[in-house]
Amino acid sequence: MNCLWCDEAIIPSITWKTIVPLTEPMYLCPACTKELTVLQGGRCRKCSRMSRKDLCVDCERWQSNWSNGRDPLEWNISVFQYNDWMQEVISRWKYRGDYCLGKAFLPEYQRVFRQHFSFLPSNTAIVPIPLSEERLRERGFNQAELLADCLPRQTDQVLKRIHGEKQSKKTRLERLTGKNPFKVTQTVNNPVVLADDIYTTGTTLRHAASVLKQNGCPKIYALTLVRG
Amino acid sequence: MDQAETKEWSRRYAGKRLLRSEILLDDPLFQQLINTSYFTPVPSIVRNYFQTQCQRCGNQKRSLFGSIPCYSCGNVHVYCRKCIDMGRVMTCTPLYEWTGPEMDWPHHSNACTWSGELTEPQRKGADCIVQAIQHREKELLVWAVCGAGKTEMLIPGITEALRHGQRICLATPRADVVQELLPRLQQAFAKLEIQALYGGSRDREATAQFIIATTHQMMRFKHAFDTVIIDEVDAFPYTNDPSLPFAARRAIKPEGTTIYLTATPRQQHQMQIASKKLPHVFVPLRFHGHPLPVPEYRMCYTMKKDLATYRPPKAFLKWYHRRKHPERQLLLFVPSIRLAEGLSEQLSDILHDCVIQAVHASDKGREQKVQQFRNREFDLLVTTTILERGVTFPAVDVAVLAANHTVFDEAALVQIAGRAGRSPNDPEGEVLFFHDGKTEAMGAAVRSIKRMNKRGGFR
Ligand SMILES: [Zn+2]
Ligand SMILES: [Zn+2]
Ligand SMILES: [Zn+2]
Repeated sequence: MNCLWCDEAIIPSITWKTIVPLTEPMYLCPACTKELTVLQGGRCRKCSRMSRKDLCVDCERWQSNWSNGRDPLEWNISVFQYNDWMQEVISRWKYRGDYCLGKAFLPEYQRVFRQHFSFLPSNTAIVPIPLSEERLRERGFNQAELLADCLPRQTDQVLKRIHGEKQSKKTRLERLTGKNPFKVTQTVNNPVVLADDIYTTGTTLRHAASVLKQNGCPKIYALTLVRG
Repeated sequence: MDQAETKEWSRRYAGKRLLRSEILLDDPLFQQLINTSYFTPVPSIVRNYFQTQCQRCGNQKRSLFGSIPCYSCGNVHVYCRKCIDMGRVMTCTPLYEWTGPEMDWPHHSNACTWSGELTEPQRKGADCIVQAIQHREKELLVWAVCGAGKTEMLIPGITEALRHGQRICLATPRADVVQELLPRLQQAFAKLEIQALYGGSRDREATAQFIIATTHQMMRFKHAFDTVIIDEVDAFPYTNDPSLPFAARRAIKPEGTTIYLTATPRQQHQMQIASKKLPHVFVPLRFHGHPLPVPEYRMCYTMKKDLATYRPPKAFLKWYHRRKHPERQLLLFVPSIRLAEGLSEQLSDILHDCVIQAVHASDKGREQKVQQFRNREFDLLVTTTILERGVTFPAVDVAVLAANHTVFDEAALVQIAGRAGRSPNDPEGEVLFFHDGKTEAMGAAVRSIKRMNKRGGFR
């Protein structure tokens, strides 16, 4: 087995774990594994950002700005910290389309799901953030779907991206965040966990959450790979 | 299709092997060019029982292929991970080869606008290059010491190639070297269009008769060039990456000429020279006529302990404070990025009146720092092997910390030593190898520098 990122050969050290078969294969070499930093310690309860405060400044702003304090997103959990290494890996994975790099992230992504979302009922749906048709054709896959598919709940692709429809009057919210680019193709009446690769400002996830909520979804959470 | 159009297409696409997305023609026209066999699709990945090979980069390593469910046809395809930065190549996307009319490049009776003069040793090297091109010899290795002035030495050869209406590629391993060479050669051939190709370059289509490119970019060509000049043929990544020789070999026309340039030939080339299988010319003198500085050794018993805490070793500081020419800038080589950063911080604390910066491969401000150092905006530059070759600074002393580290092989150490004494106004320069146990590579580097000086007529 070679490291998925640097192609260095991985020589497994013999431990009880390797002698007992059926453990997870190693996707990254020890040096690259070191770069992959799992988020832990004090974090904003809402967006997973490293923060000493219980609710970070950005999230306070979301609370007051999004439709009268009703933030459609319950909370987001991110798995990894964003660093230069992560930026390079993600860009080769999703923009260059190096599909199999994604495998390196899945074990942790699944573990964090079990850790934080086990309380949700079994009819919870995983909804990946969709790509536009054009992007999808270009890259050949949607990284969010890959993440969604590895989780132990039903994946429901119920969102679709809509394209540049002209719009005359913008609401206050739209001025802040732009037009909502999503529409719902099918209503979901169960809780939803949105799956995506990166939480940067949280706008995309809130757009997705708000159309789901408008269409009868009770609670929406998010599980993202990195906190940008 | 009229003639002018056809000519434009062959100018753009002759000698190329491209993905559909790299061919900037609309679908109906592209289809028409396929129907008339101006473009021919070729499989991008070939599989047989034993192995898979990417036809663009030559990759055969299993771990560098991946599989992906195809969005357009639903099947699972193999794709090449090795050359993915140039656009993903997979089994259902062919590469397109230009099989239409050949491009007839113009003959330039004298394209050269350079009025400088070559030194005697440069002249000797330049003559050999001209002859190799005139007689369409297959290969020539030009072994020119660091600072011999090889760019000038190439000018007569390029002029000759252009006289014969040849298409030329000058390939070099690093993008910053491409960027440095372009203005110099553009000045030497003022009326000729020259394009520079590297990852992220403005020129993308490569439609010029004379191309300066990173060795990587050659993967987009097939039988395109009459003369290919491969700069720093001994350099990483060319020697460690089998896809680059693969690409270089394919980019040249079967009857074309390849000129290799090096200051530190690898063993394989040395052996070919010795057995007379590879014609070569040796240019033993720096353009200013002074010998190469010979490195001195300095033992530091505490090296490992010091560097573990990013502390500059005592022996280094002692030397630093007693340099013969304290007005010279100092280029300090270290074996790792972490050391470059850590050490430059500690040194800034210790050497108060010295302005210090660090550079390394993943440093985004690298080019700017190199330029500032060249302008003498600061005094000491701590660097990894990234600056071992291709870059020149007028008057520097050079020190290597942990010169016995494995990243410093013989060629690297010779190149590093070659950074000193580049200016005719200050043709000397101190070179120090700080170590805690002399390696074979260090000894070989010093021997090889002395041998080159001897061949240049110095004792
Ligand atoms: Zn690795
Ligand atoms: Zn927050
Ligand atoms: Zn390839």
